[in-house]
Amino acid sequence: MEDLEQFRKDTRQWLEAHCPPSQRLPNTPEQQYWGGRRGTFASEDSRIWFEHMRDRGWTAPEWPTAYGGGGLTPQQGQVLKEEMKRIRGRSPLYSLGLWMLGPALLEYGTEEQKQQHLRAIVNGELRWCQGYSEPGAGSDLASLQTRAEDQGDHFLVNGSKIWTTAADKSDWIFCLVRTDPTAKKQEGISFLLIDMASPGVSTTPIALISGESEFCQTFFDNVRVPKGNLVGGLNQGWSVAKALLVHERKLMAEIGSESPRQEVPPVQAARDYLEFVDGRIANSQLRSDLVSFEMRMHAIALTHMRGFEERANGQQSSVGLSMKYLGTEAMKEKNELLLAIMGSRGLGWEAPGFTPEELDTTRLWAGSKAMTIAGGTTEVQLNVIARSVLQLPQAPKAATES
Amino acid sequence: MALVLNEEQRLLAETAREFLAEHAPVTALRALRDSRDTTGYSQALWQQMAELGWASVILPENYGGLEFGFTGLGVLLQESGRTLTASPLLATAVVGASAILLGGTEAQREAYLPQLAAGELTLALALEESHHHRPYDVATHAELEGDSVRLNGDKCFVIDGHSADLLLVVARSAGAPGDREGLSVILVPRDSAGVQSQRTLMVDSRNAANIRFDNVTLPASAVLGKPGVAGEWLDAVLDRGRVALAAEMLGSAEEVFARTMAWLKERVQFGVPIGSFQALQHRASRLQAELELARSVVLQALAAVDDKPDQLPLIASLAKAQLNELVKLATNEAVQLHGGIGVTDDLEIGFFLKRARVTMQIFGDTGFHKDRYASLCGY
Repeated sequence: MEDLEQFRKDTRQWLEAHCPPSQRLPNTPEQQYWGGRRGTFASEDSRIWFEHMRDRGWTAPEWPTAYGGGGLTPQQGQVLKEEMKRIRGRSPLYSLGLWMLGPALLEYGTEEQKQQHLRAIVNGELRWCQGYSEPGAGSDLASLQTRAEDQGDHFLVNGSKIWTTAADKSDWIFCLVRTDPTAKKQEGISFLLIDMASPGVSTTPIALISGESEFCQTFFDNVRVPKGNLVGGLNQGWSVAKALLVHERKLMAEIGSESPRQEVPPVQAARDYLEFVDGRIANSQLRSDLVSFEMRMHAIALTHMRGFEERANGQQSSVGLSMKYLGTEAMKEKNELLLAIMGSRGLGWEAPGFTPEELDTTRLWAGSKAMTIAGGTTEVQLNVIARSVLQLPQAPKAATES
Repeated sequence: MALVLNEEQRLLAETAREFLAEHAPVTALRALRDSRDTTGYSQALWQQMAELGWASVILPENYGGLEFGFTGLGVLLQESGRTLTASPLLATAVVGASAILLGGTEAQREAYLPQLAAGELTLALALEESHHHRPYDVATHAELEGDSVRLNGDKCFVIDGHSADLLLVVARSAGAPGDREGLSVILVPRDSAGVQSQRTLMVDSRNAANIRFDNVTLPASAVLGKPGVAGEWLDAVLDRGRVALAAEMLGSAEEVFARTMAWLKERVQFGVPIGSFQALQHRASRLQAELELARSVVLQALAAVDDKPDQLPLIASLAKAQLNELVKLATNEAVQLHGGIGVTDDLEIGFFLKRARVTMQIFGDTGFHKDRYASLCGY
């Protein structure tokens, strides 16, 4: 414990000395650094901050130093998180490689794969995207149809992936592909790494109700992929994917605190947009909605903390499985509440006539609808709680998932 | 770590669960109801509880207490919520004890708390004067004249009011209903001349009373602490009651939920257990998530009593509101998911449903606490 306190002291000192004042939260999408061959820094400070953190291995603090990570223990990692939070330091590198693929490679990858990919992820050299969902395979992910045929020295990949976030800006994609069409759904799937510069890969952005288009559809037309790019063994992809989904859900649950845009806290919005009489919001419905939301967020924050304390205490915690559902539903609620509080000022689509914050609110509201869909819909989360926590019996036929 | 129990508290919970399962299961409440028991709880059971130290969990050692703190008390209430145990635990060991501890003079603490710890003295807070919780809307009048105090007024929904030895009556010696100033708490032996107590039979088969004070005259030493300033500490007493009650409600919600889950696995329709139907699974999972929130809130609120008293008002209102909504949902879902037998008196689910409604009103309904939370946050 004493060592940990020393580590906290050193970390605090180092962060304060190395994190430029401009690299504190909030962080807008335009200022985030995502790495990759085409990645650019929004500012010189952003580059300096990234390089400091990279050189210390702190883009991936808990990964082994052999692969460029920081080699921190989970306790030290937590201290670093707390100290980063304290100085409101921005994540120096945003990366699906760090958050999702890396942990899967550490668990399932061959030594060769770890050598080839982990350091490049830590250093932000390559940007990764995820190829799971297909036009015909959403919540029922295991029904995916993209084929990878064994051609002796390589796989030949044909098919299409949808909701491939930022595929048009990515260098590599990690995919679930069908390698045995005769096996039962989950059993014929493999986890494959594909270089998007390979001939036959193409990508098209999808326009969303929020006006953004961070998602793409990606097509594979007779793409040759080396056999060495298979992770976790032939037809073992489902296990790898399940391990990875856990990371994605954790990420979705935490998304509120990492929210890239400058969100107006609802209480602040109420002060700015609502009439107060005798220190109380005059509109009783909105006052009641606001306090209900604030109380729920208070309870959710305490539950986050309880989950952490239980794990730190070496106890099994059932909290995690409910957090994605609770967190994302609450975020949606928050966006509805902000819109209601702002009235017609929360309904602008473009300037003039609205402040940038107001326009952000509208777009975030539209964007928030995806929160309870991406990374496992609310309904799928509820299935998982019913099965894993409550141990209710399997539904009759159909309706099965991870 | 406020949000996980320590070894001592876990052990206490385990012991309490075993004790209550053996000595005070829901069938005991049913028996009290069916025999129209005049006390409404088993005095022998309360003696046993006191011997286990339950009457004195929160009391300092110098008054014969265990000094286990509110988290320790919380696990007892949570367990007694599972079995719907009727006892003076809330009215005496939490609310009454806190009032004397926070409001009483040293002489009063020394006079009453050791008796209370030994299980020889039961208390009841006589506060409400209307059918909704409005702690400062007190019209009951306490007239201080020289060495005596004269009490006039009507109280209702006094928990344990027909059985407690000593009533803690919130009365006004100055000001108008609604004012925080001018309140005093008067210690009134229930057998005093001019006290008319009428037991009200409640839907939960537990104890409450309407009490009239008609020129009840007592020595001035019957005033708890200093006269006229009870408004300074009454909220803290009520918050302790709210938090403790929330712990009891959590226990009830957990129990009724566990029984419902067992039923979903056992009951077969259309050739399969009904728990395999997705429509029911989703309802169960939503409730599970609500329970997760409630557990965190209750633990934090209990810890706040001991460690962060400045945060208590906010977290107490959060806990009471959260648990009000949870027990309503959990008991309604329990009845519905049990189907036809859910509305029979044979099944114990109905006892949980009825107790839930009473606990939802004690010390403030959801609207009261949402309003208080919003006001504390400045909107």
